[in-house]
Amino acid sequence: METQIILLIFVLVLSIFLGVELITKVPSTLHTPLMSGANAISGITLVGAILSSGSSEIVTIILGTAAVFFASINVVGGYLVTNRMLGMFKKK
Amino acid sequence: MDTAILVNLFYIASSILFIVGLKMLGSPDTARRGNLLSSSGMLLAVLITLLDQNIIDYRYIAGALIAGSIVGYFAATKVKMTSMPEMVAIFNGFGGIASLLVGSAEYVSGTFDNSAFLGAIFLTVLIGGLTFSGSIIAYGKLSEVISGKPYLYKGQQFVNGILLIAILLVGINMLFIKGFISSEETLILLIVLAFILGILFVIPIGGADMPVVIALLNSFSGLAACAAGFVILNNVLIVAGALVGASGLILTNIMCKAMNRSLANVLFSGFGAAPDATSDSSQEQGEVKPISADDAYLILEAASSVLIVPGYGMAVAQAQHAVRELGELLEDNGAEVKYAIHPVAGRMPGHMNVLLAEANVSYDVLVEPDDVNPVMETVDVCIVIGANDVVNPDAKDNEGSPIYGMPIIEVDNAKTVFVSKRSMASGFAGIQNPLFFKSNTRMLFGDAKETVSTLVSEFKS
Repeated sequence: METQIILLIFVLVLSIFLGVELITKVPSTLHTPLMSGANAISGITLVGAILSSGSSEIVTIILGTAAVFFASINVVGGYLVTNRMLGMFKKK
Repeated sequence: MDTAILVNLFYIASSILFIVGLKMLGSPDTARRGNLLSSSGMLLAVLITLLDQNIIDYRYIAGALIAGSIVGYFAATKVKMTSMPEMVAIFNGFGGIASLLVGSAEYVSGTFDNSAFLGAIFLTVLIGGLTFSGSIIAYGKLSEVISGKPYLYKGQQFVNGILLIAILLVGINMLFIKGFISSEETLILLIVLAFILGILFVIPIGGADMPVVIALLNSFSGLAACAAGFVILNNVLIVAGALVGASGLILTNIMCKAMNRSLANVLFSGFGAAPDATSDSSQEQGEVKPISADDAYLILEAASSVLIVPGYGMAVAQAQHAVRELGELLEDNGAEVKYAIHPVAGRMPGHMNVLLAEANVSYDVLVEPDDVNPVMETVDVCIVIGANDVVNPDAKDNEGSPIYGMPIIEVDNAKTVFVSKRSMASGFAGIQNPLFFKSNTRMLFGDAKETVSTLVSEFKS
């Protein structure tokens, strides 16, 4: 258990540094699509929600199902709206 | 092969897709493909999760997935580009509440009983809850359901302090004491406190500071997902959540720098609510000189370089299409046309860029303040459309001004400045703008869209 937590913290720290490196270079023109695109990624919590929703306990199912609902709005809406915005960015 | 290993291999693949996707979002040419890659990473993660053997019943999952997707689809396809800040705010909130619910579900099912697990739940519920309620308030402020004015009250710091202590006590009870109050009560109390924290966190912040708040809430929604990753011990949640958390923090930092203020100042000072020390002297700055659209047209026709500076007022008036048309006519007339965009113009990072992109303005004529300020003297006409604080010369000249030190677009250095504005009311920071009184400034009073349309029809006739 402890080793696993340490490994996860390791992953966390590296991911944060990676995220900082990736985003620092984004030009300000793309800040809004970046935000909504990143927002869609944060809907990854959907994975956790699916696991809870498929449980056998009634309270967990209720909470998990609600989580699946909200997270999928976040994911589907976030990616679609980002795609819609990016479709407008054109160069002559 | 063991299913758990297979599932994790696929999670690694979807992490790679997220990372490459985010990287490709860094350039306008590849951004759309990047978003597509990132979404395929999400699809992969979801599909592989559905194979999990612990799932007993698929009916609820399927129902919620379909319902959520339909809502998301309609929200994303129907939203107007000018309402994008509200949209991003509410999506942040949904991400937050989803993480809160995942944390709560795991807490109720009580899979583990060690401090690391409970601590992760505590953080997931806390961050998720404050992201949700904070985003709802931000949504209300942006859509003007509630006032965009900063809301301050006496003893605010004291109330916040009490709230933080209460949250800390709930946390201690949850992790270590266990049983001072029952676990259900602990959870409900924590959720309520997290909601209150989110509300109190956003309510004092004024409309003009919303870009910072949205970027920060964006970061929080990622961190909540990240914390949820520690609850269910899942790598892909941690990687994806941390990427979003980092990106939101960087945007927050960029926004703060663009206003020359610290994050603490944005969050706690209720900018613009404080009485303005400079307002007395600004009465004596002289006369404003209005100009009619006819006269403005004559000057524009003779101009060989034109700089357009859009602000939130352009979004409110939905004037972006008219502005693009004017820009094209000016180009046909032989003028060089550029658009200068301040990082905090509008209500979220990049707000103006999206609107101009919607109106078909090529993104390579959009420039940043640092690019245009050195050559401002060579600009014949600067047209300020619904921007105010980001062109306020007080930011560089008046040490007593609340916005002193904020990097601005120095339009006052241009040969002529047109300011399209509905009235003489001050900007969202609530401070006077001496630009309006300068000898080279002419005011185009009226609705931005009408004003620009009048100019367009002058050019056409």
